[in-house]
Amino acid sequence: MDTIIRVTGLVKQFSDVRAVDNLSFTVPKGQVYGFLGQNGAGKSTTIRMLLTLITPDEGDIEIFGMNLRRHRREILRQTGAVIERPDMYKYLTALENLRLFATMSGMKASEQKLMEQLDQVGLASRAHSKVKTYSQGMKQRLGIATALVHDPGLIILDEPINGLDPQGIAEIRNLILSLSRDRGKTIFISSHLLSEMELIADSMLIIDKGKKLVEGRVRELFDPAETLVMVKTTDDERACKLLSQSSLHASVKEAGPAGISITIHRDEIPLLVNKLVELGVGVLSLESKHSLENYFLSLTGGQSYVEAAAN
Amino acid sequence: MWKLLQIELFKIFKRPRTYIAFGAVAAIVFLFQAGMKFDGKSYLDLILNSVSDSFEVSDDFKGRILNGYFICFAILNILLIQMPLLVALIAGDSIAGEANMGTLRLSLSRPVSRTEYMLVKFTASVIYTVILLIWLALIALFGSMIIFGTNTLVVFRAGTIEMMEAGDVMWRYFAAFGYAAVALTTVAALAFLLSVFAENSIGPIIATMSIVIVLTILSEMNIPLYDKTIKPYLFTSHMVAWKGFFYVKADPEGTTIRGSIHNLPAILKSMGILVAYIMLFVGSAVWVFRKKIF
Repeated sequence: MDTIIRVTGLVKQFSDVRAVDNLSFTVPKGQVYGFLGQNGAGKSTTIRMLLTLITPDEGDIEIFGMNLRRHRREILRQTGAVIERPDMYKYLTALENLRLFATMSGMKASEQKLMEQLDQVGLASRAHSKVKTYSQGMKQRLGIATALVHDPGLIILDEPINGLDPQGIAEIRNLILSLSRDRGKTIFISSHLLSEMELIADSMLIIDKGKKLVEGRVRELFDPAETLVMVKTTDDERACKLLSQSSLHASVKEAGPAGISITIHRDEIPLLVNKLVELGVGVLSLESKHSLENYFLSLTGGQSYVEAAAN
Repeated sequence: MWKLLQIELFKIFKRPRTYIAFGAVAAIVFLFQAGMKFDGKSYLDLILNSVSDSFEVSDDFKGRILNGYFICFAILNILLIQMPLLVALIAGDSIAGEANMGTLRLSLSRPVSRTEYMLVKFTASVIYTVILLIWLALIALFGSMIIFGTNTLVVFRAGTIEMMEAGDVMWRYFAAFGYAAVALTTVAALAFLLSVFAENSIGPIIATMSIVIVLTILSEMNIPLYDKTIKPYLFTSHMVAWKGFFYVKADPEGTTIRGSIHNLPAILKSMGILVAYIMLFVGSAVWVFRKKIF
């Protein structure tokens, strides 16, 4: 079976808001599948429908080749999920929390197996500490451990890196990559942190206002080597002229008081700086923008995403 | 289902908050028993004032009245009115508390049906209620029996005295505690229903207590119009029917008939009404929960 999730014509209406609008997508086996969208785009509603927390108004969901409505129990037995930021049972230890969710998933895990699971998320040394003493990042990692405890084939993570510090984000990223590459798990992960998704996702789906904008393998959707840079020079007007005459594969997108935005192949950035300096234009600053972010902004209209991310 | 129930009970009894109720019950019972031990006669005089016009009460009789059975009956009269709050603490938290911790969605994304989940949660609340009552029985009944000994149980009712031989009392307590379990389960079911609508446990707990207080006041209100129109339908009117097990029948000579209950059909009817309320509350809770968006 090559497809783990197949969603067809999914619709969910909340009074006068159509949260998910005729959404269809397929998640291939063994991939990290990024699910992108602005806040309020319909990501969480879709994820909750995948986990039977919300009933769709229309459409079909097949997971592991089975219809979700008819085979809910069998599907959820093979699925692990973390939804938003669970606080877990604060008055229990990590080990107790994990044992509890293992039992709920229908498995009887030995203490050794549970400790291995905690070790995998870096919490083995705090296994016997009450969760109320944990940081947000540790709770998030424990949440992921509860999703993995019954060794599911599919792991659904809703905004798993929200609110984490950079170290926490890196830890979760490495964990997700290792689950996918070393253990062959299929991971369906939603986020609005584009730079992170760019680092981990094999395929992605971008939605806006509940509708699919684009779906496919990351490399096919855009060239990650091509990037947008913002350059500020001592003479922007002259720099623009020189660039249009140069042999570099660079194109000026916009020039304004903030600088010149240039699309350029990543390898050619040092050449661009050298060229400008050689021709007597001083480079004051150079800032690289993420390719995925550019791509996302071009699909969703940009401004609204920037505002949403800022909020 | 059994595994899920074990999980729920584990969660309940791992929470420090659970033991507040056990501590509160113990404190009230011990304070009452201490008061009775050192100044029980004064308490008895207060009660006897209401019936002394009709009966001659000797000091020896007073001494016999003040035994473990009587003390337990007095404790139940005080405590069974307050215990709904303690039950609501757990039942009101059962669903709302999970929603607040963010664990409800995690639990519902496991291979467990919502109906099963709700029934297990409610059963765990009922088990907690029963354990709390067993605790009450241990310290109020058996504790008082040890401290004060046993003798004829004398119960005062509307200017009359009901007397039961020592050998005719224990089964009545078992029946009364059983009835109290049903009465408190009704409150637990109400708190459980309200818990489905909330995302933090304070709301359902306060709402349950407010409803119980308002309905209890209505049940106690001496307005003839309400006696047949409202009171028979309030569950609070039926929660005190456990006392019926201590109201006895007498033969033509006025001697208590051993093993008799004055009005068993009334007790059974009250119990039936409470069971109907439990089914209504729990059924509604499951129905709402199954439809709810998480």
